[in-house]
Amino acid sequence: MTDILHRHPRLRLAGLLGPPMLWLGVAYLGALAALFITSLWTVNTFTGSIQREWNLDNFRDLLTLEVYRAITVRTLLIAVAVTVIDALLAFPIALFMAKVATRRWQKILVIAVLTPLWASYLVKAYAWRAMFSGTGPIAWMAEPLGLGTPGYGLAATVVTLAYLWLPYMILPLYAGLERLPNSLLEASSDLGAGGATTLRRVVLPILMPAVVAGSIFTFSLTLGDYIAVKIVGGGTQMLGNAVYDTFLTGNNMPFAAALSTIPVLIMLVYLSAARRSGALENL
Amino acid sequence: MNLSRRTRRVLGALTALVLGFVYLPLMLVVINSFNTSRTFGWPPDGFTTSWWSAAWRSEGARSALLTSVQVALLSTVVALVLGTMAALALHRFDFFGRDVVSLLIILPIALPGVVTGIALANAFTTMIGVKLGLLTVVVAHATFCIVTVFNNAIARLRRMGGNLEEASMDLGAGAFTTFRLITLPMLRSALLAGGLLAFALSFDEIIVTTFTAGAGVQTLPIWIFSNLFRPNQAPVVNVVAAALILLSVLPIWLAQRLAGSDEGVASSR
Repeated sequence: MTDILHRHPRLRLAGLLGPPMLWLGVAYLGALAALFITSLWTVNTFTGSIQREWNLDNFRDLLTLEVYRAITVRTLLIAVAVTVIDALLAFPIALFMAKVATRRWQKILVIAVLTPLWASYLVKAYAWRAMFSGTGPIAWMAEPLGLGTPGYGLAATVVTLAYLWLPYMILPLYAGLERLPNSLLEASSDLGAGGATTLRRVVLPILMPAVVAGSIFTFSLTLGDYIAVKIVGGGTQMLGNAVYDTFLTGNNMPFAAALSTIPVLIMLVYLSAARRSGALENL
Repeated sequence: MNLSRRTRRVLGALTALVLGFVYLPLMLVVINSFNTSRTFGWPPDGFTTSWWSAAWRSEGARSALLTSVQVALLSTVVALVLGTMAALALHRFDFFGRDVVSLLIILPIALPGVVTGIALANAFTTMIGVKLGLLTVVVAHATFCIVTVFNNAIARLRRMGGNLEEASMDLGAGAFTTFRLITLPMLRSALLAGGLLAFALSFDEIIVTTFTAGAGVQTLPIWIFSNLFRPNQAPVVNVVAAALILLSVLPIWLAQRLAGSDEGVASSR
């Protein structure tokens, strides 16, 4: 047995790759394909059972119904806002960690950034529900200024999602800056560039793949989220809510399947663009 | 880097500010768990530990915790086996479609959670006809946990190279003996770190879980979510939330000790 394995590396490869590929390639990809097939079926409105007749009705509804267009646009805008906020917040801290902090502080800061990543997602969304509550700290701080809390809604959703995904942006940026050789920055300043110019023409171009890598997370996680919105979003609807509500309360699996192809499509476009920029190596 | 003093100071201040933004809400939850007020009252009315003892006695929270641990353990085991195999295959062999395989491994976390959730739920119920339950949650969780193990394992494999394994083969050890005596011991701490991250990822997951759990299974996140909007449960939910925040220090501390710092960063989901 060992002998055969030794002489046939292809067999070794097949043995090693077989089980994970069966799981991911066959079962998981199969499930995604099945999801797409289901989206081409319909539900009998009287019995509620799925009818396996091929048609494009679900996709026609998606394209013509105003609600879903609005939800898609809103979700995309939220994803963009969250990504931009995270990139802006992550850049100074990543730069500080990579280029200013001493070795010792670097370690401490990495842990400080990583720790909340492992605090429960739900708990963090819950924490912001407390922050934004009518009797919470934001209301308490805003009161002397004659303002109130913005309450649960779109703004709270963006803040909460940006908060939740921030570490996913900090870590790739930090890794990217860490790899950036200091000699490059010195060369730039030796050649007469000021800090701002070096930042714009040396640091940012090199850092771009890292930003894209981080944005894959912030984007995908925002597109796929429906829990945080339910907790702090008031009645705000995102794509995730539409999918879940159609799946559970609407009991319409085919239409829910059709709806879920929207985030898949967006992410596929995003991932292929990211792959071209070489950002996937940074994950 | 030759940053001016002022820039360094500004960066330091911004770093402190961002960290404040990160930790303030978490501290609020911990403080609130000792607050006598039932709502999110700020500033706190008074100090009490009665919510903590109430949470300790809560039957629902306890059984949900047990379910979560079960699910996380099972999916971590599956992820460890599959993730290690995939890492070995991708590290040792150069074959057509290598890129596709590595893309496939990150796909379950790269795709939005609702998609993975509904795809698996649809496959289970509509296609195969399996009833949703504990096992379907485990399958779903294992699918997106593979990547954490894979990342840790492949980073370690790249660092250690193949010399020792070749030497072992040259000295007459077969593929299995080499794996048992050389590869596995060298991978051990990386696998522990990857497994720990997989466990934490599964323990915390809610979106895919809500799709694949069915009515009977209540993991801890699902329990929290279903009690979140019940005012009379608020204090107990607060305590569970605070406990989870305090506990989250544990896996990160362990992972940091187990793997080299570079892998610790690279593998963070």
